Amino acid sequence: MAETETKKKGYAFSEEGMRKLKGLMKDYPSTDALLLPALYIAQDEFGYLDDAALQYVADLLKAPRSKVYGVATYYTMYKTKPTGRHLIQVCTNLSCSLLGAEHILNYLENKLGIKVGETTPDNRFTLITVECLGSCGTAPMMQINDTYYENLAEEGIDRILEGLK
Amino acid sequence: MNDILLKNINRPNSIEIETYLKDGGYKSLEKALKEYTSKEVVDIVQKSGLRGRGGAGFPTGKKWEFAAADKNTPRYLLCNADEGEPGTFKDRPIIEKDPHQLLEGIIISGYAIGAAACYIYIRGEYDYGAKVLEKAIAQAYDKGFLGKKILGKKFDYDIYVHKGAGAYVCGEETALIESLEGKRGQSRIKPPFPVNVGVWGKPTVINNVETLANVSHIIKNGPEWFAKMGPEKSPGPKIYSVSGHVNKPDNYELVMGTPLKDLIYKYAGGIKDGKNLKAVIPGGASTPVLKPEHIDVKMDYESVGAVGSMLGSGAVVVMDESVCMVGVARRLLKFFAHESCGKCSPCREGTHWLVQILDRITANEGSIEDIDLMLDICDNIKGKTFCPLGDGAINPVLSTIKHFREEYLMHIEEKRCPVGYQHSRWCL
Repeated sequence: MAETETKKKGYAFSEEGMRKLKGLMKDYPSTDALLLPALYIAQDEFGYLDDAALQYVADLLKAPRSKVYGVATYYTMYKTKPTGRHLIQVCTNLSCSLLGAEHILNYLENKLGIKVGETTPDNRFTLITVECLGSCGTAPMMQINDTYYENLAEEGIDRILEGLK
Repeated sequence: MNDILLKNINRPNSIEIETYLKDGGYKSLEKALKEYTSKEVVDIVQKSGLRGRGGAGFPTGKKWEFAAADKNTPRYLLCNADEGEPGTFKDRPIIEKDPHQLLEGIIISGYAIGAAACYIYIRGEYDYGAKVLEKAIAQAYDKGFLGKKILGKKFDYDIYVHKGAGAYVCGEETALIESLEGKRGQSRIKPPFPVNVGVWGKPTVINNVETLANVSHIIKNGPEWFAKMGPEKSPGPKIYSVSGHVNKPDNYELVMGTPLKDLIYKYAGGIKDGKNLKAVIPGGASTPVLKPEHIDVKMDYESVGAVGSMLGSGAVVVMDESVCMVGVARRLLKFFAHESCGKCSPCREGTHWLVQILDRITANEGSIEDIDLMLDICDNIKGKTFCPLGDGAINPVLSTIKHFREEYLMHIEEKRCPVGYQHSRWCL
């Protein structure tokens, strides 16, 4: 995951990002379908999707800015605000709640000294809750950036967080 | 148990094509392409009685027949890997641990319906699974199972992985299509059905991961083998995801129609900490809650329907006596309100109203009229939305009022939680 400190203007995909996007073009009969993948590339490269980033994607795909904005704000995995380097996503849906998701959440809030939705002052962690991630048989669970951490217990959480600088 | 769909998942290197080939992998593809016409493959799957494993239980062969009969081309197959029904984690092991079983099913299915390509729409959070699939697809191209003139036949076919971005409703067929086309994932009205007017306006079949995983086995062993397994109207193996208050939460692949009681007590090891069973959700969050008196039910479409719930995705969520059922309804409604796509007003507004009422009831500030008010809201959502999200969203409310009304009354009249729980924030 890219750093969240991104420059406000002059957004442009790296060569690698552009190569990725061009590679996808042959996969679809319509360039409209590239919008979701393009937003992922933008998020990887720019850290999060502010208005300037959305404008860049809109220009690139020749799509209306309103549509790009609509899509980016519709899906939960697109971040329109900056987050810490490690985005901690705690599932609180039914199966995880039955097995102590609230306890996990309280533990994380106390340990990190932040509430849900907040970022630590050193920009290391952001804590949010998410809906079911398909890990109910190994509940409670959390996802940090793209990685799943399952069968959570307090001691394990300490170890996981220590490994994330 | 676990002897068909999940039999490979614990083998070393189970994701590699060499491992799969060593065990007779892609032989069904060869058989299908060399011995049968496309139409014959459709007939075989029809004869097997395979029904969609995503939740609706629609006959797979029928769906294929409709799309194959449409002369508009190119046709598309979409593999629905947007697993998101709370409680469900059955497609994940197939994707992450036995991708070639899925790909073989996807290629045979594409041949059957005459599709030009398949898009695997995988939920964005299954990032690891998407990577596994991409690697497996590359291996399949290398071996000539994908691309031009597959196995020397006049059959060109490609598979692409397309990541969703976090929206439960995209598991619904028409919302999935919208999302794949690069739009907000909002449902379309039906008809026209996707088999005629699907992605990019073309005939489109959308099948769940588990459904497609069955296909190679049906070709290999014949439709009679499949049709004889389990109940006549819903035959075959089924992966049940069991979670919640059980000793051994896990996926259990069993014959369709296995009693719910066996799933909970025989396979999942019974209720945790020796507590008593209070309630079970048999098929994922959108299916009505059942009581302990219902657990003799056989887990197939007809039988679960007969006791007032649905098999859904086969996701069994078990709750013990420590759980407040009003809290369960509230938690699930928060989910549905969050996931409502916003297109149909009964669902968009109604789910939020239900959350507001459930918030005040769990805070012991509800009134007795709130129960009827909720029933009225549910009635105004039911059958009045484009997609089944609305119909599913009301089930936790309706079924908990039906089976656990006394818990609502305790919160409302006695101003206390039946299990003494402090209903604070997001969780129960």
